[in-house]
Amino acid sequence: MKNAKILAALLGSICLFAGIAQAADTANTLRNSRLDDQTQLPKAPAKPVSQQYFQPPADTDIPNNAFGELVRRGQDLFMNTKALAPEYVGNEMNCVNCHIDRGRKANSAPLWAAYPMYPAYRKKNNKVNTYVERMQGCFQFSMNGKPPAADSEILTALTTYAYWLSTGAPTGKALPGRGFDEPPPPKGGYDIARGKAVYEKQCQLCHGENGEGKKVGVTSVFPALWGKDSYNWGAGMHRINTAAGFIQHNMPLGRGETLSDQEAWDVAAYINSHERPQDPRLVNGSIDETRKRYHADDGVNLYGVVVNGKKLGQGVQ
Amino acid sequence: MRKLITPLLSGLLLLPALLPLSAQAVDGSDIMQKGGANPAAMPCITCHGTDGKGMAAAGFPRLAGLPEAYIAKQLADFKAGRRENAVMQPIAQSLTPEEVAAVAKAYAELPKVNIKPGPVERPQPGSGAWIALRGAWERNIPECTLCHGPAGVGVGDTFPPLAGQSALYIENQLKAWRGTKAVAATRKTKAVAAVPPSRRNDPNGLMAHIAVDLSEAEIKAVSDYFAGLGESKEAFDESQHRLR
Ligand code: HEC
Ligand code: HEC
Ligand code: HEC
Ligand code: HEC
Repeated sequence: MKNAKILAALLGSICLFAGIAQAADTANTLRNSRLDDQTQLPKAPAKPVSQQYFQPPADTDIPNNAFGELVRRGQDLFMNTKALAPEYVGNEMNCVNCHIDRGRKANSAPLWAAYPMYPAYRKKNNKVNTYVERMQGCFQFSMNGKPPAADSEILTALTTYAYWLSTGAPTGKALPGRGFDEPPPPKGGYDIARGKAVYEKQCQLCHGENGEGKKVGVTSVFPALWGKDSYNWGAGMHRINTAAGFIQHNMPLGRGETLSDQEAWDVAAYINSHERPQDPRLVNGSIDETRKRYHADDGVNLYGVVVNGKKLGQGVQ
Repeated sequence: MRKLITPLLSGLLLLPALLPLSAQAVDGSDIMQKGGANPAAMPCITCHGTDGKGMAAAGFPRLAGLPEAYIAKQLADFKAGRRENAVMQPIAQSLTPEEVAAVAKAYAELPKVNIKPGPVERPQPGSGAWIALRGAWERNIPECTLCHGPAGVGVGDTFPPLAGQSALYIENQLKAWRGTKAVAATRKTKAVAAVPPSRRNDPNGLMAHIAVDLSEAEIKAVSDYFAGLGESKEAFDESQHRLR
């Protein structure tokens, strides 16, 4: 019981993007509190060896009625966000790029482990964040776009898809496999130059020499890791620790769990030491002020840090 | 000044004539039709078809429109034995580097496979389409189209098209990456030795583990799926988003 409460409090603190998307009180919230700082998801409980991860339902279980239609629409949007909701996506990303296997894969921030944890209470500012707000955050930062309205058809379909994937999952109980299960920071710290070597050997083939990804015609196949087509400086993936978790479990594609903690941190640091679209919360046009307000105690990140003689956080168009 | 330049220039123009014979412009389409200078490098068209689209029933692959670098890499891999094949290895070994470069370029210039944009496909779990479009992530098998491109048309120089290839050829390649396991002797049958994989040329082991972890039935189904995409007369419209 007590545990559950602590968890809930912790959970409250995850919503990276809490509330900012809410047009009405955005300005106030930004000024009054640090509610939208990029605090990360709490560590998920470890999976006992003898147990499986939660198994979401199979596609054959989608009913053939209006509900099933909405589930399918949500899944289509999740996989083809850029193609189907272009007015809300400022880069070339799709939700599925970071939430692998259509939001089903454990340790890839699966939707079945997320949906039942909302609305989430955040003690710091005594506020409650909804699942929809959480998705709006991913639109604003991960997709470098504009969040659809809370009652829009798009967010309703995406919510319905997540609800369906969570069929049978307990409500309010953190499940193993949630988030990205970050590896601990390596003892000697990370090294960007070493990360570059890992990148050239293991990642460049798909993500390109300049992190630009690869397309077939207008369709993005391998997503961009930095530059204008990638997530912005406000996204959770810009944290080295978060990216290290994603990468270690899911990359190189199909060969997850092959990089050491050290390699995952090094290559995550290399990726996140490149320019990407500006943090949309930019304070008074100042990188330093933005760092102080939003990045200083947000995990390990390089926003506003000088790397190779250049201050990062300039943004790219 | 001018007096000096003229003889210099004409000297430059003469240079090609002085180069050894073998380096003289090798013509890629000549090699396709007539083979290489070494008679062991048989004419490619006998097996890969006059239009370069292969021979489905024999499992001879399509070469038309494959990326130049990919073709050159395969010929190098046959040569080096990273890709074993009794028919193709001797041919690759008999081609000179210049011939490889020329024939790779010529095949890459032939038309790429065209696949009509279809409606969003909703594959059925357990089908070949499912493996192609959804994968089997519980075994770390990404959907094939995630690397081989929408509708399997290929991505860049590294990820060859699967569309346009025959079921037999696709199946053969997946099996080449698998090899076969040893079978222990029983009272009635003799032991069968393991056959190691005969294709070991995938960069960073991206493809091999996939072939190993698919079941025989899945290999057959997914091969049939890509072969069944056929080819359209309409060009692949690059301005349209391909949905997953
Ligand atoms: C660039 C990668 C990226 C993309 C693209 C992306 N996300 Fe996320 N998502 C993240 C990260 C990082 C987190 C937070 C994980 C953490 O802090 O550990 C997250 C968290 C979430 C969560 C909360 C997870 C939880 O357990 O509470 C939801 C829900 C979510 N994303 C939905 C979406 C949707 C919907 C889209 C598409 C509109 C999307 N995401 C696109 C990276 C991404
Ligand atoms: C075989 C190709 C391939 C290789 C190799 C590969 N990736 Fe990826 N990567 C992908 C694909 C495809 C996705 C998107 C997955 C999806 O949409 O289902 C992706 C997604 C990502 C993402 C999240 C999306 C984004 O753009 O931010 C990151 C980060 C990433 N990869 C990093 C890496 C790193 C680091 C390496 C090397 C250790 C690597 N990848 C190697 C194909 C690859
Ligand atoms: C006697 C029949 C035959 C001839 C002649 C032949 N090939 Fe092949 N080729 C094959 C077969 C069979 C394969 C498939 C080998 C395997 O299964 O690994 C193949 C495969 C290939 C591949 C690999 C294609 C891929 O998609 O990976 C290339 C490249 C190739 N041949 C080039 C050539 C060239 C160039 C010539 C002419 C100089 C040629 N071949 C002549 C039978 C032939
Ligand atoms: C992680 C990326 C990746 C995925 C996913 C993937 N492949 Fe491949 N595949 C490759 C690469 C790379 C090559 C080229 C290897 C080489 O250089 O010879 C290849 C080659 C092939 C070839 C040989 C083609 C030829 O012309 O010889 C076949 C057949 C093939 N893949 C089938 C599949 C099937 C079927 C699936 C889905 C079950 C699949 N691949 C999924 C990366 C991938």
